[in-house]
Amino acid sequence: MAVMNVNPTRMQLSKLKKQLTTAVRGHKMLKDKRDELMRQFLDLIRVTRDLREKVEAELEHCNAHFVNASAVMSKEALDAALLSPKQQIGVETHSKNIMSVEIPQFETETRTADKGDIFPYGFAFTSFELDDAVMSLDKILPDMIRLAQYEKSCELMSAEIEKTRRRVNSLEHVMIPRYQETIKYISMKLEENDRSSRTRLMKVKDMLLDKAHHYSAS
Amino acid sequence: MAKNIAVIGDAETVKGFSAIGLDIFPCDDSEQAAHLLRNIADGDSYAIIYLTEEVYNSVEKDRARYEERLTPAIIPIPGVRGSLATGRQRLSSFVEKAVGSDIIFND
Repeated sequence: MAVMNVNPTRMQLSKLKKQLTTAVRGHKMLKDKRDELMRQFLDLIRVTRDLREKVEAELEHCNAHFVNASAVMSKEALDAALLSPKQQIGVETHSKNIMSVEIPQFETETRTADKGDIFPYGFAFTSFELDDAVMSLDKILPDMIRLAQYEKSCELMSAEIEKTRRRVNSLEHVMIPRYQETIKYISMKLEENDRSSRTRLMKVKDMLLDKAHHYSAS
Repeated sequence: MAKNIAVIGDAETVKGFSAIGLDIFPCDDSEQAAHLLRNIADGDSYAIIYLTEEVYNSVEKDRARYEERLTPAIIPIPGVRGSLATGRQRLSSFVEKAVGSDIIFND
């Protein structure tokens, strides 16, 4: 691992030591964040998978109903029946914070007070297959909205987990070793300087003593 | 402010959704779908946009920019021609992104 390009001074050393403790603490916290996010993500994705299977199966049912309806009614009559919708769904979006990931919460509200008020046509000229189709579609709508909420959450969480994982890895395998190496390098260098100045002083002392008193230490 | 829900897809599939209060945008070719999606998503008045799987697969580039945003949630649904398993693949790609390999869907 490459040593950082710094001056081997005490200032740098204490600065790097501080940075290292910060990096270690940050690494621990990010790792905890990643583990917790992962746990929640895996729980959520299992629920989402089951919900998606359910919604897809029911949508298939609905489509079958619609096919039945279009078989017994003319296309024009069918289109006319569905032409002017009576109901309007509004979605109130809130956000919830899970481990610093903002995930959406959808709340629905209907325009007309009666939730069952879904048939935009009179019953006189339409077949009951169409009623079935519209009714079954209305029944799965809450699930579809829940599915949208869960899938969006999964999407956002998976992106965040990936980001966090990269950060953890870069701290663990790059930043922290680099700090450690550099700290080691600087302290070695300082010790070496220390030793060399000590021997130099000893040498100078010997020379001075020799000069003044013709005295030799050895 | 309450937002709405949009459905984009072939006319056959989306027809029913208008009855239960969703806004439908029938559309058959992919270029038009991409344009439509951008208009709808940038208008910011839709919280959820359901796309039929055919449309979902054809507008890959255009939906990428909404991935990081809270809304709209762009969700694929199977069309009248049956499921293409796009939804499942999408979930599996999330797992792969988060975990590194798909440990949920490979059974």
